[in-house]
Amino acid sequence: MTDQDQGPEESFVHLTPKGPDDAADTQSDLDREMARISEDYTASGRTETQPRLDYAPYRSSILRHPTKDLHHADPETIELHAPAFGERDVHRLESDLTIQSGGEPIGERIKIRGRVLDGDGRPVRNQLVEIWQANAAGRYIHKRDQHPAPIDPNFTGVGRCLTGDDGSYEFVTIKPGPYPWKNHHNAWRPAHVHFSLFGTDFTQRMITQMYFPSDPLFALDPIFQSIVDPKARQRLVAEYDHDASEHEWLLGYTWDIVLSGSNRTWTEGDSNV
Amino acid sequence: MSETPATPALPATPGQTIGPFFGYALPYDKGELLVPLGHPQAVRLHGTVTDGHGEHVPDAMLEIWQADGNGKVPTATGSLVRDGYTFTGFGRASVDNEGHYTFTTVDPGPTEPGKAPFITLTIFARGLLNRLFTRIYLPEDAEALAGDPLLGSLPEDRRRTLIAEREADGSLRFDIRMQGEDETVFLTYPNLEQ
Repeated sequence: MTDQDQGPEESFVHLTPKGPDDAADTQSDLDREMARISEDYTASGRTETQPRLDYAPYRSSILRHPTKDLHHADPETIELHAPAFGERDVHRLESDLTIQSGGEPIGERIKIRGRVLDGDGRPVRNQLVEIWQANAAGRYIHKRDQHPAPIDPNFTGVGRCLTGDDGSYEFVTIKPGPYPWKNHHNAWRPAHVHFSLFGTDFTQRMITQMYFPSDPLFALDPIFQSIVDPKARQRLVAEYDHDASEHEWLLGYTWDIVLSGSNRTWTEGDSNV
Repeated sequence: MSETPATPALPATPGQTIGPFFGYALPYDKGELLVPLGHPQAVRLHGTVTDGHGEHVPDAMLEIWQADGNGKVPTATGSLVRDGYTFTGFGRASVDNEGHYTFTTVDPGPTEPGKAPFITLTIFARGLLNRLFTRIYLPEDAEALAGDPLLGSLPEDRRRTLIAEREADGSLRFDIRMQGEDETVFLTYPNLEQ
């Protein structure tokens, strides 16, 4: 299957003028669609905290969202637990994405740190956090990413760590660049780092994207805007944190992650596991 | 421990799509092998992921989490670096170019006597803005399936989307239809409904 067969997607074919393979919609078309959805949401008076699964401005979602409501399930035993990860699984050096390839990657060295909490504010301890991202030029090490920006031989953009007893995590990496994609003509994703998270219940499993403050692409991006509530969207934006910055070395960002509440009734014993 | 939902004090961080470029980051060696090939109780769990036009979805990632053959919830670490002996209950697999996935695992036992055994499944894909959860029920225990509260809350034509088919060679077949006719039942839980 070629890219041409697949329609809009987040890979890239370099065509500056609009060509037969290029998505027909303009950013203005998208802006109108997104504004209409946003107005409807404001008028509804409801509060949403998660992205819409059915969000047509993100074209790839059109055939990939459930059309029926999610069905309520009362969690059973297996769903009240989550897989355990430990030092066998993750080496502590995997949290530094700047030392994986023998040489220094190019770009702005940053630290991202924060805590993983559940909905009751309890730290999620000793649990797996995985990240992946584009390099400073906005290019992923992935064969389907054909964006003609340079690959950095010293940067894979993949990291892992386990949270500490206080739910804390920390990565050292390079600030990713924004990159173009094929959702519509001249579509660009705001710079982001993908995060994959586990909780204490399997139903807390989530994957998301962390963004950087004040990105001019926020308003234009249908993936970010699929979270129709402005306050909820803001929860994906890290804060610049000067206390996390290091003298003559790197800039720091802080981003706390809140998983959904646990379905368990916790006892003192559970919270020490 | 009961199933009373906690009242969350903090709003949950929103999810986002896994995107198209996870392939070099999340899948890992032996991720789909909860037990080694050739394990005496090994069962192949496989199927395809299709979209609203019935087309294969070639960029999805699936995770399973399950009890062991005796219905015990695993607590061992080591899912990412498998030693070939420890059952951790967790597996991760990408679909191939034809939208097909395969895990090698064991049939889970019931976690309580008389309960219908199932495997929990999480689905991520490009184009899917937040993960989806579902259950893969084993087809054999008709009495337990008939008494299952979740299956009992679904009309017949929908409940069958959650029950795997046992193939002649012992494999479990479970297809995932993200949309359309025979759309798989996807689940939400009390902690996600607040």
